[in-house]
Amino acid sequence: MATLEINDLHARVAEEDGERILRGVDLTVESGDIHALMGPNGSGKSTLAKVIAGHPAYEVTGGEVLLHLDEEDVADIDAEIDDEDYHWELLELEPNERAALGIFLGFQYPAEIEGVTMTNFLRQALNAKADEREELFEEEEEAEADADDEDDGYDTSPMEGPADDGEIGVAEFQEILSEKMELLDMDEKFMQRYLNAGFSGGEKKQNEVLQAAMLEPAVAVLDEIDSGLDIDRLQDVSKGINALRDEQGTGVLQITHYQRILDYVEPDHVHVMLDGEVVKSGGAELAEKLEDKGYDWVREDAFEAA
Amino acid sequence: MSSQQDELKETDTEARFEFKKEEKSAFQTEKGLTEETVRVISEDKDEPEWMLERRLRALEQFQEMPMPTDWPAQPDLSEVDVDEIIPYIRPDVDVRAGVDDWTELPDEIKDTFDKLGIPEAEKNALSGVGAQYESEVVYQNMQERWEEKGVIFCNMDEAVQEHEELVREHFMTKCVPPSDNKFAALHGAIWSGGSFVYVPENTTVDMPVQAYFRMNSEGMGQFEHTLIIAEEGSEVHYIEGCSAPKYSAFNLHSGGVEVFVGEDAHVQYSTVQNWSKNTYNLNTKRAIAEKGGRMEWISGSMGSKATMLYPSTILKGRGASDNHITIAFAGEGQDIDTGAKVYHNAPETKSTIESKSISKDGGRTNYRGLVHIADGAENSSTAVECDALMFDNESTSDTMPYMEINESKVDVAHEATVGKIGDEDIFYLQSRGLDDDDAKQMIVSGFIEPITEELPIEYAVELNRLVELEMEGSLG
Repeated sequence: MATLEINDLHARVAEEDGERILRGVDLTVESGDIHALMGPNGSGKSTLAKVIAGHPAYEVTGGEVLLHLDEEDVADIDAEIDDEDYHWELLELEPNERAALGIFLGFQYPAEIEGVTMTNFLRQALNAKADEREELFEEEEEAEADADDEDDGYDTSPMEGPADDGEIGVAEFQEILSEKMELLDMDEKFMQRYLNAGFSGGEKKQNEVLQAAMLEPAVAVLDEIDSGLDIDRLQDVSKGINALRDEQGTGVLQITHYQRILDYVEPDHVHVMLDGEVVKSGGAELAEKLEDKGYDWVREDAFEAA
Repeated sequence: MSSQQDELKETDTEARFEFKKEEKSAFQTEKGLTEETVRVISEDKDEPEWMLERRLRALEQFQEMPMPTDWPAQPDLSEVDVDEIIPYIRPDVDVRAGVDDWTELPDEIKDTFDKLGIPEAEKNALSGVGAQYESEVVYQNMQERWEEKGVIFCNMDEAVQEHEELVREHFMTKCVPPSDNKFAALHGAIWSGGSFVYVPENTTVDMPVQAYFRMNSEGMGQFEHTLIIAEEGSEVHYIEGCSAPKYSAFNLHSGGVEVFVGEDAHVQYSTVQNWSKNTYNLNTKRAIAEKGGRMEWISGSMGSKATMLYPSTILKGRGASDNHITIAFAGEGQDIDTGAKVYHNAPETKSTIESKSISKDGGRTNYRGLVHIADGAENSSTAVECDALMFDNESTSDTMPYMEINESKVDVAHEATVGKIGDEDIFYLQSRGLDDDDAKQMIVSGFIEPITEELPIEYAVELNRLVELEMEGSLG
């Protein structure tokens, strides 16, 4: 059971006199829960998603983003686990380290990487994540010992290259992949295509969910995963998101403008963001009210409270 | 990625290229270039009189021609002083024309090529392999079944003796005459080694033929000559790999390649070059394609201090076609000036040029290309695409795609992109668990994928590995 805890988070665009976008965000997402984060354009939803993942275009000016883990979350780690290994300040970590700890960002506009097949990409990502996890949980002395080993030379002849460090084998990888793709109702042909290159809007979103399914994150932040989807694709994607929660206990923070996807992915919690803050939280009924009435009443409520 | 690729990837490319061997040679010329040097080389090779004459004429032309200095934005060649180069080194091998049994090679030479993976590649998927060490080919082998069909694959010096008429007709006469440029003239005077490939009519050599050139001594020049003759309806794929270890003094590589593509013949010439960062790599490569002939140039230019390399194809006969795929990588202090030249001299000829370049840490790449379509070459078409990827603001990338179109009924397409590696792309991959370096490597390997997919698997893996090493800045 993992918990993503965001306290009083402030961030601005990382340039001189960069615009302040997040102005004290408080939000907690536990694994297994589905949260919807709603709000008008420009309220800071996408910025929040990127700051959680560590995007270099933003500078954090205050607050914290914590990830709390429990025994289950570190069951794959061989190294000895200390108390401090259960609590991480994500803001101190590189994006790939955050990914290794179980943070996933589903992009509104995923990058297109020409020449890199889906298979190749996913396999490298899985291996990179596994390697990084080992390093993160490794004791400092062990890390130093490893470095010493390297100084002493190779375990194997240099001509044979480094020893196999337990990477995920091709067969095992294919098995996991087929399983996840079946779940998402994706065609196997996908796997030989280049990463997002020439994908339709819907295919890209489906691909984001597939990646989340492969990487099995503790918390997945999905930024407008429902935009640009036709109804069939929306259902596929929704099925995938529900499976993230049901099959692997992922906590989902879903950023959306529309009630539509929430008919298929029922949120346990709904939050409203305005001007860089989460100003209102509630259950699924809050989303319905927003759909009917818009955001003005929330603004009024928030002002009154202030 | 297949497990075979993985396995190949595991071999330590860095170690394979960094090592150098103690110089041990039977004979080497003095530094510098005089008529005496040329005579000594020719005599040492026991050449016929006509070859000596050609060498001497080339020497004259070399001495008359000025050093090229007036090309727009050309690499700086002021350091290239031919008088400082040892033009000819014969390694200490008993057998003059090389051996055809790997185990007969002296240990230190065998070890060099073992490290470079030459015999492995031969075992895997080659029709024949030749290996040149310094100035001479030390190993040459061709599978018997090709020999029986009349295919010839031997070293160039041997070809001068054994296939004199073919060589005399084609060697630096109508394809690359010494007068072509100063370094072609230099090459003509002191060439040594290289490959001779002859494929008879209607013969398809369905496995690649490979040669590997290695400069091991400090301050030497390597001037190998490759002559490929593909008769009507034949097909062959020739692959060349090159390397030199790191020394303080500069080296000069000035190879010559001539390809004759007969009617409806198909020749593919692939090369992955990884010269040390003090090598000047100045080559002249040209093909002539007859009616319906098809020429393909695939080159990966890595390493070297400066490279000037513009493989060219003359589309001489109706319906001849050309395909150029090039990739260049320039790191710190490197100037890689490469491109392609195509002359459409007949109707219905077709060319496609695809160039990819990567520059990093202040390196410079330049695409310098020429497409010439002659008056009367109607219904011809050309498509040129150059993409450049820069890692940082210190690196540069230029594009100079010249076109001379003298015929109106033609189809000309040109596309060029120059871009910096995208921060959003890097972040996307990082968010999936790849670290900064791995993310960049993945983007670059994707960028060059259209090239690597054209190469036999060993070379594709090698090229990818070299790019990775370049990116880590760990190649000398």
